[in-house]
Amino acid sequence: MDAKLKETILNPIFKGNPITVLVLGICSSLAVTVTMKGALVMALSVIVVTGISSLILSLLRNTIPGRVRIIVQLVVVAMMVILVDQILKSFEATYAIDKQLSVYIGLIITNCIVMGRIEAFALGNKPWPSFLDGVANGAGYGMILLIVAFFRELLGSGTLFGIDILNRFGYVPNNLVILPPFALILLGCIVWVQRSIQKDLQEK
Amino acid sequence: MEYLSLFVKSIFVDNMIFAYFLGMCSFLAVSKNVKTAAGLGLAVIAVLLITLPVNYLLNTYVLAPDALIEGVDLSFLSFIVFIAVIAAIVQVVEMVVEKFSPELYSSLGIFLPLIAVNCAILGGSLFMQQKDFLNIGEAVVYSLGSGIGWFLAIVSLAAIREKMAYSNVPAALKGLGITFITVGLMGIAFMTFMGISL
Repeated sequence: MDAKLKETILNPIFKGNPITVLVLGICSSLAVTVTMKGALVMALSVIVVTGISSLILSLLRNTIPGRVRIIVQLVVVAMMVILVDQILKSFEATYAIDKQLSVYIGLIITNCIVMGRIEAFALGNKPWPSFLDGVANGAGYGMILLIVAFFRELLGSGTLFGIDILNRFGYVPNNLVILPPFALILLGCIVWVQRSIQKDLQEK
Repeated sequence: MEYLSLFVKSIFVDNMIFAYFLGMCSFLAVSKNVKTAAGLGLAVIAVLLITLPVNYLLNTYVLAPDALIEGVDLSFLSFIVFIAVIAAIVQVVEMVVEKFSPELYSSLGIFLPLIAVNCAILGGSLFMQQKDFLNIGEAVVYSLGSGIGWFLAIVSLAAIREKMAYSNVPAALKGLGITFITVGLMGIAFMTFMGISL
């Protein structure tokens, strides 16, 4: 693999992370970080949608007229999201996936990461790098979701993936962590840590 | 009375920003000064107020099981129908704003077309679908309430950020980090409304 492709993959995960650096796509998904399972399902869905819709739109990039490209993008993304949603619905009973998740899966359509990467990368690059870019951005996003979910589930319920970790040592779950605002405070702390390490990201 | 309780609930308890994090992108990006924030807030109220009832009608009379044709369930199409309606209405609102208030139009800039991909708008429609409203009145009240809730949230954050520009924040926390934490603390304040039963 050459250096440029490697950069395409690694950059969105650390240096150009979609959430903590580009501030894209915080919208729909912090609400799913109460449990690790919800966050994992959401992260995988976003990876699939960003990867495949970047691939499709990159293949179509020379045939789409500039004026109508937003509509074309929305249709492709919406189609991918419908597919993901239908697949998840069929597993809903088997794996006891939260029903509320369906609303947030639908909101992947308006997740700025998907549209942002298509506009900024897929429309100007060949299909294979575009696919990798989409997957890597989805992964960078998923990583943040999982970090937030790790702390929220561990401290808020004393479990991870539903398996008891802290409760057996007499830990009393902290309900504040389960409340939605705490996700934002955690995210603020993640940004703080990241910017203390990478000083060039600090705002003046 | 039910309408009033739904209205208050959708503004404070089910606040789009503080309870569901919907529309965070533009919320964080446009909240640097109060005037622009208020403009965007009003645009969001307007778009929600139009799209949500339209999507309610579509959902009830076209997409719901057995609504259009007996035995046909079109609900899997709801994402694409909702987003198409929203994109079309945002386009119309954009043209109207450009015609009647060029000043607001230029200050909102890119964020007006971006309302189409503002999660608060699509989220409103998806929650509407999940909540099973009885009639269109409830849908209208809910859309107005959630729009006003979003407006309140962005204006108050903008006011706080204007003041915060003068405070001494650690270098690494400046900008994005402290904004996240501020929104979190505001969210905790909004949580107090949860205890109210109407």
